[in-house]
Amino acid sequence: MRARFGGLLFLALAATLPLWLRDPYFVAILTSTGIFIIAAISLNLLLGFTGQLSLGHAAFFGIGAYTSALLSLGFDVDIGLPSPVVVDPKPVWIAFFGAVVVSGLFGWLIGKLAFRVRGAYFVIVTISFAEVMRMVALNWVDLTEGPMALNNIPPLSVLWPGHGLTALVTKSQQYWLVLAVGVVCYFLVARMVRSRLGRALIALRENEPLARSVGVRVTHYLVVATVVSAAIAGAAGALYAHCVRIVDPDVFLFIYTVTMVIMVVTGGKGTLAGPVVGGLIFGLMPQALRGTAPPEVQWIIYGIGIILIVFFLPRGIVPAFADLARLRMPALRKPASLVR
Amino acid sequence: MTEVGENGAARNVALDVRDLAVHIGGLVALGGISFQVPFGAIVSLIGPNGAGKTTAFNVITGFMKATDGQVFFRGRDLARLSPERIAALGMVRTFQRTSLFTACTVFENVLTALHLRGRTGLLGALLRLPAMQREEAALHAEAREILDFVGLAGRADEIAGNLAYGEQRLLGLAIALAAKPTLLLLDEPAAGLNPSETESFKQLIRRVRERGATVLLVEHDMQMVMSISDQVLVLNQGRMIAAGSPAEVQRDPEVIRAYLGSGKRAAA
Repeated sequence: MRARFGGLLFLALAATLPLWLRDPYFVAILTSTGIFIIAAISLNLLLGFTGQLSLGHAAFFGIGAYTSALLSLGFDVDIGLPSPVVVDPKPVWIAFFGAVVVSGLFGWLIGKLAFRVRGAYFVIVTISFAEVMRMVALNWVDLTEGPMALNNIPPLSVLWPGHGLTALVTKSQQYWLVLAVGVVCYFLVARMVRSRLGRALIALRENEPLARSVGVRVTHYLVVATVVSAAIAGAAGALYAHCVRIVDPDVFLFIYTVTMVIMVVTGGKGTLAGPVVGGLIFGLMPQALRGTAPPEVQWIIYGIGIILIVFFLPRGIVPAFADLARLRMPALRKPASLVR
Repeated sequence: MTEVGENGAARNVALDVRDLAVHIGGLVALGGISFQVPFGAIVSLIGPNGAGKTTAFNVITGFMKATDGQVFFRGRDLARLSPERIAALGMVRTFQRTSLFTACTVFENVLTALHLRGRTGLLGALLRLPAMQREEAALHAEAREILDFVGLAGRADEIAGNLAYGEQRLLGLAIALAAKPTLLLLDEPAAGLNPSETESFKQLIRRVRERGATVLLVEHDMQMVMSISDQVLVLNQGRMIAAGSPAEVQRDPEVIRAYLGSGKRAAA
């Protein structure tokens, strides 16, 4: 009950933020943080709920970004067929959902390939996959413009009463767009993990032989989780493409995956609020430090912060505070639940 | 008379194991054992440590591959089926060392184990369709019923890892029962239980059978085995050395030798 109230309060604050915080720079920071939080939510589904570490998650993000950008810009490419493949520019929302589908398909492919060889091999497959994708983006210049990047990507637009089709170009509009997509993704994941499907995923994480002994199909559920996770990461990538409006091969960089992992682990993997909390902290901290410390010192502080959190709160911030709340208020001392 | 299906498997027995052999490296863990478990029976598999009992369980339930031989469950060949497929067919096992979803509550453990009783997939979960909500309610009721059956209803909200050892064994059974087995394989359910707990576990196994399940039991507690079993199979060093009623097996000289050592060596 209290958690729900807290969630609503947080949502109300977040939704009205551009109205009372009239600093477009800060709103823009929050927008890009929000995009990362969506990516972290998607990673949490794999890392937190199935226990599989995907260290190539930026690949799904990047595939989403490139797919949405290319579909909305249109492209022609020669792939050895008699005539080159020509794709006309598509409406931005079709491009957006196209990106979600394409990322999901790649998730399916990686899931099918990688879960035959689990654990460390899954980590290696995902890292390699992201690196291969970066090489493709860098070298397939005909399609991706390589290091010259895809420019002038059209913004997403909505049907606004009284204004017709409105392109979302101002900082506040983009902020609300990211917030809306983020809320949808959060609740999709929440519904998924609080169902029979989610219980199967958690069972695999907690005790795989026991899960199998009661009939949970390991590969099936891991592939489903990977597809959904990849699709949401693709949505985050597409948002990135249409907000920043330029996409280059650096979206596939390992550091972005690492950032997502840090957000999930420090916030609390396997909790719904974890990626949001971790994402806010590590999305905003570099900005908070920007004025006071040179970049090298920033990175050191960043690193020390991560070490301290992992050392003192090994399960992450959200579970630690949930425990604290239970200790302080005995009325709340309900047993911990499957999904917090 | 044993009715025989087209693949030569007996149809009127729950489990038909033929010449099952497992070689691990150079070691013969199982050297070709054959036995049948009739429907509705309680059959025990006993033998000294290292006799191959747990190996037999692992192979029958698909957790290990057989080197040779066949396993038929209700007339169906289980070769190359995964443990989860075998569970879906109705053969469910428990584990020798207590195996639970330790971080979850007792209720969640059973709810999770009711996996096969539900059918909600991704779409149903995302859309929260009415059918999915009805199913959830039914699964909750079923989980409560199973906890009631094993006597853990009062502990439903406790974290599984915090349960006393005896209660953990009961939860292990509840998890297996949630998969609605027609053949239940219990791997040393009484290990580490005190005599009164063992006695109530024995009653529980009888009640499981009364509900229509067939039981195959691996157990060291001889008092329990001899009082509960319709048939006892004795393994020693990967070979079946005796099979029969509890009374027959207890009289068998080779069984006595396996358990107590040979009379000659004792005299020498």
